[in-house]
Amino acid sequence: MGKVANLESLQQVYFEAIPLLANRRAQGGPAEKPLNGKCDVLICGGTGCVASSSRDVREALLVEIERRGLKEDIRVITTGCHGFCAKGPLVVVYPQEVLYCQVKASDAPRIVSETLIGKQILEDLVYQHPQSKERFPVYHEIPFYRHQLRLSLRNCGLINPEDIREYIARQGYFALGKALTQMSPREVIEVVKDSGLRGRGGAGFVTGIKWEITQRSPIRPKYLVCNADEGDPGAFMDRSILEGDPHSVLEGMIIAGYAIGAEAGYIYCRAEYPLAIQRIKIALAQAYEYGFLGENILGSGFSFDIYLREGAGAFVCGEETALLASIEGRRGEPRPRPPFPSVSGLWSKPTNVNNVKTYGLVPQIILNGAEWFRGFGTPNSPGTATFALTGKINNIGLIEVPMGITLREIIYDLGGGIPKGKAFKAVQTGGPLGGCLPAEALDTPVDFDSLVQAGATMGSGGMIVVDEDTCMVEFAKYFLTFASAESCGKCVPCRIGGRRLLEVLNRISNGEGKPEDLDEIEYISRNMKEASLCALGQLTPGPVVASLRFFRPEYEAHIYERKCPAKVCKGLITYRVIEENCTGCMVCKRNCPAGAISGEKRQVHYIDPNICERCGICIEVCKFDAIMIE
Amino acid sequence: MMEKATITIDGRKIQARYGQTILQAAREHGIYIPVLCDHPALPPEGACRICLVEIERQRTLQPACTFPVSEGLVIYTHSPKVIEARKFSLELLLSDHPLDCMTCEATGNCLLQDLAYEYGVTGDRYQGEKHQYPIDASNPFIVVDRNKCILCRRCVRACAYINGVEAISVFYRGFNAYIGFGADSTMQDSPCEFCGSCVEVCPTGALWPKMAIGKGRPYQLQKVQTVCAYCGVGCQIELQVRNNRIVNVVGVENAPVNQGFTCVKGRFGNDFVHHPDRLTRPRVRKYLLEGGKREGKERGEWVEVDWDTALDLVSRKLVEIRDTYGSDSIGVLTSAKCTNEENYLMNKLARQLIGTNNIDHCARL
Amino acid sequence: MNRTLDDDPAIDLKPLLEIIDEYKNQRGAVIPVLQRTQETYGYLPKPALKEISKRLRIPLSRLQGVATFYAQFHLKRRGRHLIRVCDGTACHVKGATKLVNVIEENLELKAGGSSPDYKYSLEIVYCVGSCGLAPVVIVDDRVVGQAEPDKLVRQLKRIED
Repeated sequence: MGKVANLESLQQVYFEAIPLLANRRAQGGPAEKPLNGKCDVLICGGTGCVASSSRDVREALLVEIERRGLKEDIRVITTGCHGFCAKGPLVVVYPQEVLYCQVKASDAPRIVSETLIGKQILEDLVYQHPQSKERFPVYHEIPFYRHQLRLSLRNCGLINPEDIREYIARQGYFALGKALTQMSPREVIEVVKDSGLRGRGGAGFVTGIKWEITQRSPIRPKYLVCNADEGDPGAFMDRSILEGDPHSVLEGMIIAGYAIGAEAGYIYCRAEYPLAIQRIKIALAQAYEYGFLGENILGSGFSFDIYLREGAGAFVCGEETALLASIEGRRGEPRPRPPFPSVSGLWSKPTNVNNVKTYGLVPQIILNGAEWFRGFGTPNSPGTATFALTGKINNIGLIEVPMGITLREIIYDLGGGIPKGKAFKAVQTGGPLGGCLPAEALDTPVDFDSLVQAGATMGSGGMIVVDEDTCMVEFAKYFLTFASAESCGKCVPCRIGGRRLLEVLNRISNGEGKPEDLDEIEYISRNMKEASLCALGQLTPGPVVASLRFFRPEYEAHIYERKCPAKVCKGLITYRVIEENCTGCMVCKRNCPAGAISGEKRQVHYIDPNICERCGICIEVCKFDAIMIE
Repeated sequence: MMEKATITIDGRKIQARYGQTILQAAREHGIYIPVLCDHPALPPEGACRICLVEIERQRTLQPACTFPVSEGLVIYTHSPKVIEARKFSLELLLSDHPLDCMTCEATGNCLLQDLAYEYGVTGDRYQGEKHQYPIDASNPFIVVDRNKCILCRRCVRACAYINGVEAISVFYRGFNAYIGFGADSTMQDSPCEFCGSCVEVCPTGALWPKMAIGKGRPYQLQKVQTVCAYCGVGCQIELQVRNNRIVNVVGVENAPVNQGFTCVKGRFGNDFVHHPDRLTRPRVRKYLLEGGKREGKERGEWVEVDWDTALDLVSRKLVEIRDTYGSDSIGVLTSAKCTNEENYLMNKLARQLIGTNNIDHCARL
Repeated sequence: MNRTLDDDPAIDLKPLLEIIDEYKNQRGAVIPVLQRTQETYGYLPKPALKEISKRLRIPLSRLQGVATFYAQFHLKRRGRHLIRVCDGTACHVKGATKLVNVIEENLELKAGGSSPDYKYSLEIVYCVGSCGLAPVVIVDDRVVGQAEPDKLVRQLKRIED
């Protein structure tokens, strides 16, 4: 393929690419004319599904299709993440738009014979609602998808991310063409400003204003950085977009580069995302091949390069100044702002730093206009929010919803509620630096400002649901352990304060809490927030503060009654055999790693609390519900 | 940029210059803001959080050492919030600190101690984990006690920006971070040149000159300001003297030439002062004093004389040689230990009085 | 600190020189160079750091500072097989700690260390992004989802060199 020299030849490439997607249909998109007798089989190639052996499924399907001589009629395409990771590996058959869940390689012959040839739906592979038991064969009718509004994820799971033509068939690089040939850099910035797009990295700064500051600087060269150092445990929004639709991010970056007058961009991606890195590399090579990167893009005279840098395992590098230090080859330590990167960033040059999702939304805003984008979401938070839904929830996965939707809708309508009929207890948004919200806050609308007002944060999009079995002290302690271990150590409040706060929490969960500890938590938290250098230190106490605010009685129970109400904290619980239920089967005794259980066959067993390590294995293996926690 | 910005600090309106930090502007107007990691000779770091101030319309407290002034800033340097945050950071620092001020070398000369005193912080608020690092006394000059280190990174910056060696860096991260040398070797085995700039800027007793250990408290030492005798640069140094013996040498802060820094020789190379072999009065050969001639290869014994006698002898011999063998039979070699002025005078002596261009210099020490 | 690193074996510097050559003109390429070096040697041997320092003119202390800052880099020799147990939120809730304990006990190693025969190294990592499969263990590059302690240990012991 030669370079796409101008807008006309981009049109040409587009028309040639359209048939590639003729069989597929995007959510809410127009039904396109299926090609007679042809099928597309989409296999999810996201990290989650690859981990659950989607590659084996693909191989098996290919073998079966080959065996039956159907290679001409059936295309097997690997896509990015569909988001419904708990049900993977996922297979979608077009044009019927049937979604099969948890497909095994051994299902391949059936899928080919029954569905691809026989046009029959395999009921046992279809998604079944956990409560209503209703089956949903059609992809976009599944409740998990029905309530979503996919802008950032519009191509994820729909196109082959390793084929630039499929992206072009979705009007890819048309926004770049429009910006470069019909708009001045100022006009691009005005549209982005008018759209009200706010940074999807968490803080929610207005993107257009950030661009404008960088654009106005007289200092050259200028740089652009895409923050793909998604480090929150339990969050994988950015990874999924980079795996499923890398070109949308590249296109957004090139447009931003044009708008602010940058000469090069860097993508800083976690090294823990090998698949995303591979897909970025492929996408970069294709974008250069087609001439969307490099010299004189689309004949406009504008030139731009993008380089990929892999992170090396430091959560704090998600902070923009730390990230820049890392690209420069230094320790990823933040520095005080101001000056902000838009004034003095990479190698002290003006640098625009945005999140993956922010860049990914730009092409659609340029193509469809600011008005279109403001049509979604709320006035102050237009557009959509992307969340990685995890924890004690039925539908673990990646979702995109319009801003303003309530937490309740997300958790119950999309998420399918809490498994095993347990009660909802709290939802943590904003990742390890965010905060939890209790049941009373479930009707809080999800947008940048409402979440902060309620006591949590938007963050970059992790959403962790916990049920009644979760101890909020231990939950807060978990995040604090993570965040304090990720402190860079530069400023005193975070380096030592995080450790001291953790020591207080450890004390409480070990049953050694003192009455003054709650004041101490508030004192340390308040001052860490005020005095720390960067957002990591400022927000490290966030989960503790929120859980103390909403679940104070639980903390008090640990301190005053020496009890863990959720029966989780090891220092405060005892495992005991319920004598009436114990049959003396000896299973628990054999499985106890500490050797704390005694008792003869067919005799009631006894757990020695002094030896017991509170690992919980005995409860899991007991078939007679004969062990309880006190 | 000479443009002025009007800012308000603690209710006082002052004219600051764009490009200044709040700390610089405050100092210029005699407003006190405490610092710990900041050092006038080093780029600001913003790490210790002691210079935090409250600025209206800022979400959190901001470090005065890095925050640039701009028109209309309203700043409070000692609001209750600020004082609490400073105390908090000091409490944290002391919670991971030995608290052995009674025997610590730095007592009386320790910024951490001064700040703890100023804010009434005792160091008993937290009973948490404390580091126990081995002491590195592997080299002849500097003792490294990481237990007293507060990770202000002054030493890191001094090594990088003053000496340009970058032998010091922070290793690991978070609570486990510590200051290390080379590839985490001892100071001795690292690329360190022992210029002692790190010692000069260390605000606590973490880096201490070996020679000064146990030699006296600051108030017991007599301070003598002088110019380093090693070379012609003219670094100002302060000799710390007790019982007429030099126990320590430090640079003179704000000295125009060296801004408080020295090289390894100026700081640590002073043991010659009290050496028994050191010449303190001139000596001449006995035969010269007696006006006789050298006999054979032996040059005879030394005789201690006063300066006039010695100089008379030298000038007499120089004139004699010049008159007998001509000006160019004499060469003059001066020293890098001399000042520019002294070397200029030697040049005058050689060219104008003796009449030779045979003059040279040892170039370096 | 102040460890003597006499356990550093003599390493073949040839591949390292090629890496250095590739990056020598790239600005700020310290981390990519260290990443490639670790890919080649399995860890960052001290002689390699010294060579990088010398040839790229980067002070050794800065390299050491960078190498110890990022969790990805290892300064000690590691086992031939890397076991990474995810302790991200989802995995933690579903028993990652138990997996770590069982592995430590059965393979004679500690998290962050290697077995005496250098067959295995064990690491705890935060979120590998496969929360739907929690608890997750990554053995070399293979993801083991919904890991069960006993089964996992049996699998691990069966790994051939």
